[in-house]
Amino acid sequence: MKPKLWLAIPLIVLAFFLAAVGWRLSSPPNPTVKSRLIGQPLPEFALAAAVPGKPALTSADLKAGEPRLLNLFASWCVPCIAEAPVLVDLRRRGVVIDAIAIRDGPADIARFLADHGDPFARIGTDPQSQVQMALGSSGVPESFIVDGRGVIRYQHIGPVMPQDVPTILAQWEQAK
Amino acid sequence: MKLLPLLLLALAGPALADSAQPPAPYAYRQLEDARQEARARALMEELRCLVCQGQSIADSDAELAGDMRHLVRTRIKAGESPSQVRDWLVQRYGSWVSYAPVLGPETLLLYAAPLLLLLGGGLLAARRLQRRRG
Repeated sequence: MKPKLWLAIPLIVLAFFLAAVGWRLSSPPNPTVKSRLIGQPLPEFALAAAVPGKPALTSADLKAGEPRLLNLFASWCVPCIAEAPVLVDLRRRGVVIDAIAIRDGPADIARFLADHGDPFARIGTDPQSQVQMALGSSGVPESFIVDGRGVIRYQHIGPVMPQDVPTILAQWEQAK
Repeated sequence: MKLLPLLLLALAGPALADSAQPPAPYAYRQLEDARQEARARALMEELRCLVCQGQSIADSDAELAGDMRHLVRTRIKAGESPSQVRDWLVQRYGSWVSYAPVLGPETLLLYAAPLLLLLGGGLLAARRLQRRRG
């Protein structure tokens, strides 16, 4: 009787393996990388103006006593087109939005703003993603809510869609 | 006539999800100092590409991987040590970004496993040897 029990061990191992595979297939791990800087002060940076006629963006601009929505976008980013009207709507509701254009050129940014709306108070240009990395962001679009003292309070990964507006507005109120 | 759309499709360029900007200066260029380059290179092999996720930044051609290599090389060039650069990234992205896991509550089992296995195997072997002697 005893040797037969030993024979069942590979089968039990296989069952565990299949269960593990099945579990991971049915609930895949979340591939988004959250910034660890939530609750931390914004890193220091000074970015040049992304388009002529629009003010540049430095970290000091984000410590001016009022909360701000900091949007990372690019003219070559397709989901950024999807979130553009939602940002315009947030601006209408009183949210002050600054932006960082990632790996972008002035002509392309100007065309993007003309086509999809311009809700931004300031736009800084980050041609080599260096400030994006300083913020712990790993893609576009991403949005941060920074409070009046320059502390990062909230991060939204991916496009801001209409269903995200209540959350963004609530976080914005909390940051006041 | 049905072939026309297909022909047109063949002519169409794929929409690239990449920027039109050139790579950062140190994305594909080595540092002038060979010793610094060797240190930067070793570190780049241990850093995870943020957008490709299975590759190191040394292996990846993603634009962000190029920008990360530029970041590593400029910081090493400015005199930072590889561990300072790694810590800077870990501060922002968590230990996830590094392929060299640090000892912590999440990785305790990883580090303890070889010791535990060695201990278990040693006990088994010791019992076997004793039985044979006895």
